[in-house]
Amino acid sequence: MKGQIANKMMNNTMNKMRTLKLFTLSLIGLTAFSVQAGEGGFMHANNDVSNKASLQRGARNFVNYCSGCHTAKYVRYNRLAVDLDLSDTQVKDNLIFTGVKLTDTMNNNMEPADGKSWFGKTPPDLSLIARSRGVDYLYTFLHSFYVDPSRPTGTNNTVLPGAAMPHVLWELQGLQKAVYEGKTSEDGKRVDKVFKGLEEETKGKLSPEEYDQFVRDTVNFLDYIGEPGQVERRNLGIRVTGFLLVLFLLAYALKKEYWKDIK
Amino acid sequence: MSTETKNNAGSTGGLLGWIDARFPLTKMWKEQWGDYYAPKNFNFWYYFGSIALLVLVLQIITGIFLTMNYKPSAEGAFASVEYIMRDVPWGWLIRYMHSTGASAFFVVVYLHMFRGLMYGSYKNPRELLWIFGMLIYLVLMAEAFMGYLLPWGNMSYWGAQVITNLFGAIPYVGTALVEWIRGDYFISDVTLNRFFALHVIALPLALVFLVVAHLLALHEVGSNNPDGIEIKKNKGPNGKPLDGIPSHPYYSVKDFMGFIFFALIFAGIVLFEPTFGSLFLEKANFDPADRLQTPDEIAPVWYFTPYYAILRAVPNKLLGVVLMGVAVMIFFLLPWLDRSPVKSIRYRGWLYKSFLAVFVISFIGLGYIGMHKPTPLLTLESRIFSLIYFAFFLLMPWYTKVDKTKPVPDRVTFHSH
Repeated sequence: MKGQIANKMMNNTMNKMRTLKLFTLSLIGLTAFSVQAGEGGFMHANNDVSNKASLQRGARNFVNYCSGCHTAKYVRYNRLAVDLDLSDTQVKDNLIFTGVKLTDTMNNNMEPADGKSWFGKTPPDLSLIARSRGVDYLYTFLHSFYVDPSRPTGTNNTVLPGAAMPHVLWELQGLQKAVYEGKTSEDGKRVDKVFKGLEEETKGKLSPEEYDQFVRDTVNFLDYIGEPGQVERRNLGIRVTGFLLVLFLLAYALKKEYWKDIK
Repeated sequence: MSTETKNNAGSTGGLLGWIDARFPLTKMWKEQWGDYYAPKNFNFWYYFGSIALLVLVLQIITGIFLTMNYKPSAEGAFASVEYIMRDVPWGWLIRYMHSTGASAFFVVVYLHMFRGLMYGSYKNPRELLWIFGMLIYLVLMAEAFMGYLLPWGNMSYWGAQVITNLFGAIPYVGTALVEWIRGDYFISDVTLNRFFALHVIALPLALVFLVVAHLLALHEVGSNNPDGIEIKKNKGPNGKPLDGIPSHPYYSVKDFMGFIFFALIFAGIVLFEPTFGSLFLEKANFDPADRLQTPDEIAPVWYFTPYYAILRAVPNKLLGVVLMGVAVMIFFLLPWLDRSPVKSIRYRGWLYKSFLAVFVISFIGLGYIGMHKPTPLLTLESRIFSLIYFAFFLLMPWYTKVDKTKPVPDRVTFHSH
């Protein structure tokens, strides 16, 4: 390969150079392609962190279904109150079960060591889970539990095979089962079981649409607590870039005015 | 008194006069900027030097405010960053400006260096200027590497683990050297503390000193320009270069415009996409450092990935480390590798142009490959790109000498607008 490149470069015709450039460009194309191939897709969460009603429902879901085991130890209750348009009393009555103060953060009463012995892994803190995993991952994860008697929790997850977390929301969603289809192997000698998808096995309290909304609200809340200031940040972004755009035009005019003397 | 007055010619009376009689304030201003004649034909590529200075100031100021709430300990670092992001008023803005500033610094410095390559800015008499610049680049890399450990995320932790491990490839002293750098058998609280000390005091101090040296050297020899013509060779009756204009007000207003344009893009990233699609702030770094759990894929931040790809392209670890080091250091030799009689790409032949183009493609290609998990195809590509990378430098004495150049005019190309 080395000799080939060296030869091409030493050849003194533009034609050869063009070949080399094409060759390199096609390498870049190949690089892009070979990386893209292996990435798995998630369903889109389509959540909206500026939707306060959705965030309020998400907060309710979180404290009812998640906070028993998971903490959100960087999230302060009084910040929630301000950002979610809730009064202090509403937060105290509906979101705080542990009797802590409004100025405290969202911890729970489970000892991390207990969590480890019960689940095999301490349930992770969820303050930043939407930032480290992405909302689409979480949304898909909460849709992907299925019955698997071989697991100690009785369920498994297609997004995170062998997940330590049980299907906490099974009452709401109902249970899903994995569906396989037979596929003849290439040599035609055996039939393989290939995963086809998930199918409803038992009905839950919520309809599939209601469950989807439940998950979306919860993920929306996780997205919000990942970065509570993100709505404010984007609003500021519009004003700051607008201001800088005007300032740039002025700076451009100023430069032009000075530089017209330069011949 | 007469000598002082002479040194500060043009000084006003009053307070400034009082100062000028005791300190060369007006003199320094005139030498370094006000009366510094720069070529009038600077193009787009000449914004990045002043913008790099702006970013340095930005990093120092935001850094000072971050240290007011940051806790440099394995126990408290991650939580203190979240405290800054959530509870400190405007803390999120300061932090995002600092994290985006780190990447912006490298974007600007790479463009600044590429400008040097295009217009031969490293050539005689600017060799020392180039060396100061390269030293800035080296210190900047160390500064960025150590700063990246401070948030104590899982990528911070494992990135530092992997990079410090590289020194272990050095025969005989390797293991001891790694321990000496870490102050422990693995990246720990001790490492975090010393990286903090180096990141906030030692390296910024060195950086500021080198930037001053870089600017003093620049204003001593004078700026190069897109034509690669020495403007000092054509002086008017007043002893000033005919193709030069005083930096103030002309480049003051022009660089100000550049600053605002940069600020617009910078603010856009900070306020709309501060993680920049996981390139500036990596997803895995939102998980706290965990000594028992490696991230799915350990890759350095984008600005180191070209060198990381070269490291991985070599099957032998020691040789890989050596080549990675050489890949950075070889830039120092550019003034002596380049034998071309002309400076600017405008008057060079097709050989240099082609080599530079393929080099840039290789550098970007390597950067891209360094961000992703190796596959047989990517490894092959990284080897080809690495060969091109080194060929650019090692064959330079040959191809710059035989390359057909065009005659360089006496005066710069300039179209008034």
